[in-house]
Amino acid sequence: MADPHDAKDHRDPDQHPQDVVEQPAAPSDPTVPATKGVLRSIRWGELLVPILAIFTAILVGAVIVFLSAPAEKGSRLHVTWEAFKGLFIGAFGNWAEPSTIPNALSGTLVESTPYILAGLAVALGFKAGLFNIGAEGQLLIGALTAVSIGVWLPGWIGVESLPAIIHLPLAVLGGFVGGGLWGAIPGYLRAKTGAHEVITTIMLNYIALRLIDYMIVSGPMKDPAGSAPRTPFVQGPAILPQFVGVVRDPSLTGGNTYQPLIATTSSTWDLRVHAGLLIALLAVVFVWWLLNRTPKGFEIKTVGANPQAARYAGMSIVSTTVLTMTLSGGLAGLAGAGQVLGLEHNMKSVFSGGLGFDSIAIALLAKSNPIAIIPAALFWGALRQGAGAMQIRSGISINLINIIQALVIIFVAADQIVRWIYRIRREQGGQMVFTRGWGK
Amino acid sequence: MRFITRARAVGALGIVVSLVLMLAVNANLSTKLAEQRAAGSAKAPSSVWGYVSQLYIPEPKTPPGTPPVATIPLPTLGTVFFICVLLIAAGAFLIARNPERRGIGGYVSALIGFTFFVLLIWAVAGDRVDLADTLSRVVRVSTPLGLGALAGLVCERSGVVNIGIEGMMLTGACFGYIAALVVGNWFDAAGQAPVWFGVLIAVLTGGIMAALHALLSIRFKIDQIISGTVINIMAVGLTGYLRSNFIIKYDSPVKKPLNDLPIPGLSDIPLLGPVLFNHKPITYMMLLLVLIMHVLLFRTVWGLRTRAIGEHPKAADTVGIKVNRMRFWNVVIGGFLAGLAGAWFALEVTFRFDDLMTNGQGFIALAAMIFGKWTPLGAYGGALLFSSANALQLKVQNYDFALAPQFLQMLPYVVTIIVLAGVIGKARPPAAVGEPYDH
Repeated sequence: MADPHDAKDHRDPDQHPQDVVEQPAAPSDPTVPATKGVLRSIRWGELLVPILAIFTAILVGAVIVFLSAPAEKGSRLHVTWEAFKGLFIGAFGNWAEPSTIPNALSGTLVESTPYILAGLAVALGFKAGLFNIGAEGQLLIGALTAVSIGVWLPGWIGVESLPAIIHLPLAVLGGFVGGGLWGAIPGYLRAKTGAHEVITTIMLNYIALRLIDYMIVSGPMKDPAGSAPRTPFVQGPAILPQFVGVVRDPSLTGGNTYQPLIATTSSTWDLRVHAGLLIALLAVVFVWWLLNRTPKGFEIKTVGANPQAARYAGMSIVSTTVLTMTLSGGLAGLAGAGQVLGLEHNMKSVFSGGLGFDSIAIALLAKSNPIAIIPAALFWGALRQGAGAMQIRSGISINLINIIQALVIIFVAADQIVRWIYRIRREQGGQMVFTRGWGK
Repeated sequence: MRFITRARAVGALGIVVSLVLMLAVNANLSTKLAEQRAAGSAKAPSSVWGYVSQLYIPEPKTPPGTPPVATIPLPTLGTVFFICVLLIAAGAFLIARNPERRGIGGYVSALIGFTFFVLLIWAVAGDRVDLADTLSRVVRVSTPLGLGALAGLVCERSGVVNIGIEGMMLTGACFGYIAALVVGNWFDAAGQAPVWFGVLIAVLTGGIMAALHALLSIRFKIDQIISGTVINIMAVGLTGYLRSNFIIKYDSPVKKPLNDLPIPGLSDIPLLGPVLFNHKPITYMMLLLVLIMHVLLFRTVWGLRTRAIGEHPKAADTVGIKVNRMRFWNVVIGGFLAGLAGAWFALEVTFRFDDLMTNGQGFIALAAMIFGKWTPLGAYGGALLFSSANALQLKVQNYDFALAPQFLQMLPYVVTIIVLAGVIGKARPPAAVGEPYDH
């Protein structure tokens, strides 16, 4: 195989491994400004299929709403209309009453934040040919370590409190390390024994759930002051602050003061969106840089596209696999850390509502492109944020969103179906391959 | 020659596990003794070695309190030490001899099995446990695993990976339950007939989901892991939607699951009767299907063809077997089996449907299939291994046990990872598994 740096830049730098059969994309010339690379990496024609997939999924969702509309809410057509109107109002605010808009948009951003990180986690795995279904478990463990550091670190080292500049980074880092270790286990098993990560990560999800259950319901991390099973509140310096918000009464948060970046007294501007969003965006830039501007990223993509070629080129499949799974787990762990440090400020035994599975959908929707993760996650966040208002207005269960999600995954993963429905010409190249033996 | 080999790693693992068990049991019983003495309990034995775990075999179908047929008293600490010392000796032997592969799988199986046994007698120290009931529970909870493993096997032997078994079980359970509710309501019948109709619908639903998997992966040639994941995610969304929008609001006269079906005569045998011949229908079906599938797969034309298209589809095609058509039907048959497993959850153990009630059993079933090296009897052996972990954690919850129940609940999942990591031994999947076939 040719030296990667000699390879001509005849392909897009951020190409999906599925299109790359014989040779993966090389890191492009470092003298090209990064922004140019970002723009070039978007191939507008490729957007057609995901958008049609979403459109078709929503259409099918509408048919399901129409068929299962509760009779007491009016005619079927009316309920369907109300459901989608509610979805929009929940996600983007009622534009007739402008005061609802900031809150709705902030809610959408809050919902999207963990999706960006967890979607990125799955996408990074995809790049290396690894199917990380374990984002859920990694997220839980990340949240657990982040919340432990946020609550107890000063006590462990014997001080009253730490300055935010030390405490917050450590708590966030804790989330990354916790999730990363939980991801490294299946990575190591996959690399060394061939145990398929799809099953090992799912098993680790269940193990993580039981561990959280033990720690928070019956075990050492339960807050004796709480009525429902949850950990104590994290200390003030360890939180990811709201950008704009009302300062809460400390008695509601276990005696901790949570200072927003800009304090306000107006409830219109008491926005839940928090600094975790910045971490998510930084992570996107980092993954994009890693994959497109570093030799390690090139190795990851080569191992994913053609392990045989990678081995001949002298790359270590073992270390690349373990590294990718660790980073992937770490990103999912960051998602968990963001939820506990920025939003909940403690950890409950029932924590993540299927974030891990949603992140697969986001990674597929974004075709594993780190930049495209952002719009995909925003779409998902908007759906989640809107679902509540939809349920109130039309009486349709939030679970409808899960069906739409599954349909989007079907139509995106099986883009042949969408191409077949809309008679779009088939693209060149193969597709992602995860099916291997189960063990060595 | 590398110093750390599989045999040595396994031997070292066994020694560590055994030592930890010995120390833990000893420490735990000492604390228990001190507590009982402090409380002045009359049950406190004279020393730690005095704790006895009794395994008893009751007379079948007698009220509790009837004297048992037999009682096996085991000194708790003595038995634990004896087993652990044997395991340590065997582990040391493995490290010293360092065999290429012989004995490693056996050692790991023994390690897992004896660990379960040690946990059981540890939990019942100073108390007694019904051996027949424990074993009967093992067989009972092996039902979905056995059926799931057969489902995976039928697909994979023909060359299609099926990771969607979990989702097929879940949809089977959901639709079967709904069918039983609705039919019971229509005919105002509260008996067993609507439940049986539900079982039928569960089986068919599993088949339909499987047909979707087959369509995606065989017709559209989507990666089989992605296609299976799609099935799983769709199952969660669909059943969650149906449950919150329909099931919880629906009232029906049907309230009871399938009845017990003790086999006359045979079920009166002590120990063997309750373990094998006093179950509900789907469990019997599973036991029979394991045997039937073994014969079908290795003794019939269908079995030979199935294995052929999984090993070398080109060759099979050359002799006139319609590879993709046969794969399609095998996947659908697998779906029927998974649907039956789903019926077990919603219509046999209990009569209800909960979100995510299959709890990962579909994935564990795949591990059982791998453990059994893609043979029905072997896969059922794997299913028994996992179900004993499951039965153990259910059983131990009745006792005052040192370990938190959550850690015991982790057991099946941990064992699955150990099995997958190939510690048991190398497994060779069908050669063409996962590869779409093009003419």
